[in-house]
Amino acid sequence: MNSNSLKISNENLKRRLNAERRFKFYGVIAISLALIFVLILFTNIISKGYSAFYRTLIEIKIEFNDKVQPEMFKQMSDTEINKLDLYSFSKKNIYSNFPDIEKKSDKKKIIKLFSIEFEEEIKIYINKNKNNLGNTINLYISASDDIDQIHKGNYSRDIPEERRRVSNFQLSIYDELVGQNKVKFEFNLPFFSRGDSREAELAGLGGSLIGSFFTMIIVLLLSFPFGLFGAIYLEEFSKRNRFTDFIEININNLAAVPSIVFGLLGLGILLNTFELPRSTALVGGITLSLMTLPTIIIATRASLRSVPPSIREGALAVGASKVQTVMHHVVPLALPGSITGTIIGIARALGETAPLLLIGMVAFIVDVPSSPLDPSTSLPVQAYLWNDSAERAYEEKTSAAIIILLSFLILFNLIAVFIRRKFETKW
Amino acid sequence: MGLITFFLLVLFAITSFYLGYFRSNRVRVIEKQRPFSLDKYYGYYLAIWSVVPAVIILFAILIFDGFIVKNYVLSEFYSQGIDQSEISLLFTQIENTRNGIKLFNSEDEIIVNAVNKLNYIEGIFDITSIITVFSVSGLFLLYGYRKINLNFDARLVVEKFILIGFFLCSLIAILVTVGIIFSLLYETVRFFSQVPILDFLFGTNWSPQRAFVRDASDAADIENAFGAVPLFSGTFLIAFIAMCVSIPVGLLTAIYMSEYAKSSVRNTAKPIIEILAGIPTVVYGFFAVITIAPFIRSLGGSIGLDVSSESALAAGLVMGIMIIPFVSSLSDDVISSVPQSLREGSYAMGATKSETIKKVIIPAALPGIIGSFLLAVSRAIGETMIVVMAAGLVANLTANPLEASTTITTQIVVILIGDQEFDSPKTMSAFALGLTLFVMTLILNFIALRVVKKYTEKYE
Repeated sequence: MNSNSLKISNENLKRRLNAERRFKFYGVIAISLALIFVLILFTNIISKGYSAFYRTLIEIKIEFNDKVQPEMFKQMSDTEINKLDLYSFSKKNIYSNFPDIEKKSDKKKIIKLFSIEFEEEIKIYINKNKNNLGNTINLYISASDDIDQIHKGNYSRDIPEERRRVSNFQLSIYDELVGQNKVKFEFNLPFFSRGDSREAELAGLGGSLIGSFFTMIIVLLLSFPFGLFGAIYLEEFSKRNRFTDFIEININNLAAVPSIVFGLLGLGILLNTFELPRSTALVGGITLSLMTLPTIIIATRASLRSVPPSIREGALAVGASKVQTVMHHVVPLALPGSITGTIIGIARALGETAPLLLIGMVAFIVDVPSSPLDPSTSLPVQAYLWNDSAERAYEEKTSAAIIILLSFLILFNLIAVFIRRKFETKW
Repeated sequence: MGLITFFLLVLFAITSFYLGYFRSNRVRVIEKQRPFSLDKYYGYYLAIWSVVPAVIILFAILIFDGFIVKNYVLSEFYSQGIDQSEISLLFTQIENTRNGIKLFNSEDEIIVNAVNKLNYIEGIFDITSIITVFSVSGLFLLYGYRKINLNFDARLVVEKFILIGFFLCSLIAILVTVGIIFSLLYETVRFFSQVPILDFLFGTNWSPQRAFVRDASDAADIENAFGAVPLFSGTFLIAFIAMCVSIPVGLLTAIYMSEYAKSSVRNTAKPIIEILAGIPTVVYGFFAVITIAPFIRSLGGSIGLDVSSESALAAGLVMGIMIIPFVSSLSDDVISSVPQSLREGSYAMGATKSETIKKVIIPAALPGIIGSFLLAVSRAIGETMIVVMAAGLVANLTANPLEASTTITTQIVVILIGDQEFDSPKTMSAFALGLTLFVMTLILNFIALRVVKKYTEKYE
């Protein structure tokens, strides 16, 4: 080999090794990109949403007078107190907390610092403490969503006043309240129990949590037994012929059908043909369980297949029938795999939104549903609805709903991983 | 009433089980010989006889009772010759009044009478149906009980029953497919009887909200309102953008994971990337609206481009992120299943690792990789929430990714969300779109699964 060709091949080698390094680098970039996406997504949503778990309250003093005496509540039942008209009483009391303000327009602005349902909150307080009310009481009522956002720092004060939702006057009052230590910032427990509301500071996840719970129970009750039994039949009992092949193709295709098509199925068959009640967790559950079924069947079949034939042969050899072999020996061994698949399927159903939009689970529902036959929404649908709302305060609500949703999904997946690790036998 | 019946049935089943169990025991004692099957099978046998017919009858009642009750209550209105739509309105009022909702005519004598009648007939219906159900199941129980003797093989019957039950469960997959096809086809056929199919497939104007038939002069409106081409173009534009993100990132990730990464990197990075596949689509939609779209807008603004607040680009990018794990995990499987001997052969010739990958492994794995792309495309086409939230709701025939454009799935949601008008071409058009979507994804999935399956078989 002369020196010239050695030089050429050396250069060639250098080029090739550089290409090698470049190629590997592309791979690293691709993976880092994917990981960065995950990171951005999570930090973005958590940083936007965590503040929704806190709420701002403002302390006010209420003085009872001749017309509204603390004694009169003692004999009243809860519903009677709820029916009372304390609006003007509450309003006047709020005004008297700000004795310096006399202009009518300013008074209106003062009221806007508080949640629009201040009367309700005062009633609830009275109801709770009706047996030991003094002549004056101090209580905390929710701040309006704008003040809440200001307090959390989500609204910038630097925006010019005419474009800001909170006027300079309101800001100065708010600062005064903060100075007097009358503003309380606490964990937003009602967020988890209240239903939806048009007022951002009062809107809660309670209704959609219960709705999702009912929906998932129905999905579990329908898709697990049917999926398990169907898979057992296909894997253990059916003979391979055209018909079972056809069933198998069907299942594989159903697993890949877009979820919205299941929504059309729910609308066309469940609502229009069978006339089941619209917007309910029942219909949502049935629709989603049809969607979950293929996942469960596929997972169960895979785990049945992994049970070694020796188990079956052993059982058959001591005289068990085919059904006994399968039910007593094969299925218990395959059950962890099946349950893992079911949990993952249910986690997917929990995050599903599109089919529920078509069967009417998107209505604005204030009441927390008490049965699967009540109109309800679900967690992801609630996030979708809040995302559609114009007010800025709903942005943090949406993120918070998503945080809760994601925590449930992570929990489900951890349980699935745990079950798989703990119970699955490797053959 | 439902709950009571349910508990009664459970109770009935348990009693029947023990009835059979003890009967078989008795037979053994009397005949001094063991019966054909184990005692518990006789128990199961009786439990099946007592519950299964009852459940079937209950379901039949559940389906028909509303109909019968309604007809009974409304029979007098029918004879008065009130027309159909008024009667059904009347019935809703009657039901609402009964459920305690006050209406303008709640005090009317007709309504009050009808409510009483409704309560009365439903009471009777409940009682008679419970009596029928349990007497029928008692009869079957008796029949089964008398059949139990020394030579009767209960296990065989029970196992046959179990098998039939399992078989029926496995049929549900077919039922669902049939249900989908039926519900889509039914409305689609009706839709195409009003709108020519060619106008739907090749028309370029989509504005279903315009299509109201008031008189004959509006007929032209219908014909021009349902051209789905803008939806197809929007769908493919967004899917294309998504694939531009997910194919390079997904494929390179898969290659790096299967060929270069140490197992420790693989074991941590892979599950994290898989997280992307498990995140609900509504989260991606929100992410697109709140973060990506404003980012693209300000980026476009800084170089003098006018980006609309809802753009195909934002939706497509985020969808691409969502699809990365589909591409990467499927391609990963395919690449890993390329036999080691091919790699070794290439190394033996002096090829570097990247040369081996580019010239040997990828060509060998190509069919499988393409299959995974096709599955990803079908995923992108069927994706709903991201585009509903981020891509825009108005049909717009454009290839500019910076403008808003709409997709098939978005229009289905837009049309069907909230209250629908029945029998309007607008509502039916959503089903036609659904069928189009179903067929498209079906074809893509079918080809992809075929390709992947054939490919994996090749190297097994």
